[in-house]
Amino acid sequence: MSIWEYANPKKFMQTSGRLLPWATGLAAAALLIGLIWGFFLTPDDYRQGSTVKIIFLHVPAALMAINAWLMMLVCSLIWLIRRHHVSALAAKAAAPIGLTMTVIALVTGAIWGQPMWGTWWAWDPRLTSFLILFLFYLGYIALWSAIDDPDTAADLTSVLCMVGSVFALLSRYAVNFWNQGLHQGASLSMDKKENISDVFWLPLLVCITGFVLLFVALVLLRTRTEIRARRLAALLARERMA
Amino acid sequence: MIALLLRDLRLAVRAGGGFGLGLAFFLLVAVLVPLGIGPEPSLLARIAPGILWVGALLACLLSLDRIFALDREDGSLDLLATSPIPMEGVVAVKALAHWLVTGLPLALAAPGLAVMLQLPGGHGWLAISLALGTPALSMIGTFGAALTVGLKRGGLLLSLLVLPLYVPTLIFGAEVARRGAMGMELGTPLALLAAITGGTLALLPFAAALAVRINLR
Repeated sequence: MSIWEYANPKKFMQTSGRLLPWATGLAAAALLIGLIWGFFLTPDDYRQGSTVKIIFLHVPAALMAINAWLMMLVCSLIWLIRRHHVSALAAKAAAPIGLTMTVIALVTGAIWGQPMWGTWWAWDPRLTSFLILFLFYLGYIALWSAIDDPDTAADLTSVLCMVGSVFALLSRYAVNFWNQGLHQGASLSMDKKENISDVFWLPLLVCITGFVLLFVALVLLRTRTEIRARRLAALLARERMA
Repeated sequence: MIALLLRDLRLAVRAGGGFGLGLAFFLLVAVLVPLGIGPEPSLLARIAPGILWVGALLACLLSLDRIFALDREDGSLDLLATSPIPMEGVVAVKALAHWLVTGLPLALAAPGLAVMLQLPGGHGWLAISLALGTPALSMIGTFGAALTVGLKRGGLLLSLLVLPLYVPTLIFGAEVARRGAMGMELGTPLALLAAITGGTLALLPFAAALAVRINLR
């Protein structure tokens, strides 16, 4: 019993089919609880008023935007090293979700920034590096859709993902050098006793869990769709041959 | 490898375009920007390093899709792939030829255009920053061209892939030029720019060669 068993599409379809309803249900429950708790049952911040509540969307979306790229990187490496098709398809499936999360983080940030910073957009290092991440996602998705042969596309996008990761990291620190920021530093970390006041922390944790589960559910769903599309293409090709 | 370099250079100089095109484009950018934003010297002096760097970046982008596309069309890329030179070497030579044809002339022409754009000083630093940064631009561009060599109309996709990769080089290069113009201390960005160029030249030929091999499969 090893993890590579799930690289078999049949095994993957079985397991993911069983997992999918659970992931979807739990994601819906966590998001519903977290967002209702966050939006209606937390007090207003004494300086930011009710705008503080946008963190329940902004922070989890930003977290997932970065983690989705990390997941794509791992999947690309697995594809390049072990040639498991499911892995390449999972990377392909995750990209549009990561793109959407990036857009959510940028838009909610702009909506929060307008009343708080007095501007929709500032050329702040964090904002800029997210914009650059957005461009990386666009390029990755565009390369996938431009190449007809699926194996070539998987190979080339994997190479792009690896090189892109290095340059995304470089850009992240380069923009720090280029401009000092408006955006606050990291207020959440694992090794602090209290990060932010528990009143906001607990619903935020529920929301983050909800976004992680939502991401898992969407990736599973989209990977299953890709596998089915691949099977369909194979069937059609066989029919044409006959 | 030297024969390949000479061949690429000769092709670029003789067979239409390539050579003068990037330089002419660079000149046009430097002319059009003052027309667009007005002739006020203090404003031009402030934005000149950034404009020249962005112009150089776009001029580099202009000739990228020629790097492999022509060789692929007439089949010489297949011959290169079967030749005794490793593909990494071929890719590095192609990037070097691209740099000699676009990056180096740009770096040499930049001080003249900087005078036109009222840059107060530091013309030497501008040329140095371009001479040091454009090899990275050529190498990254060669990688992008290697990714899209199999595509019929890869031009637009190529710029979408390559431009985000140009971000760190642009930031540090323009910073060196800006600090040079203001007479500030510029050791840190210069060292970081050199580090990016060195790292790119050392590692990207492998990624680009992998991409070419995948495309020729």
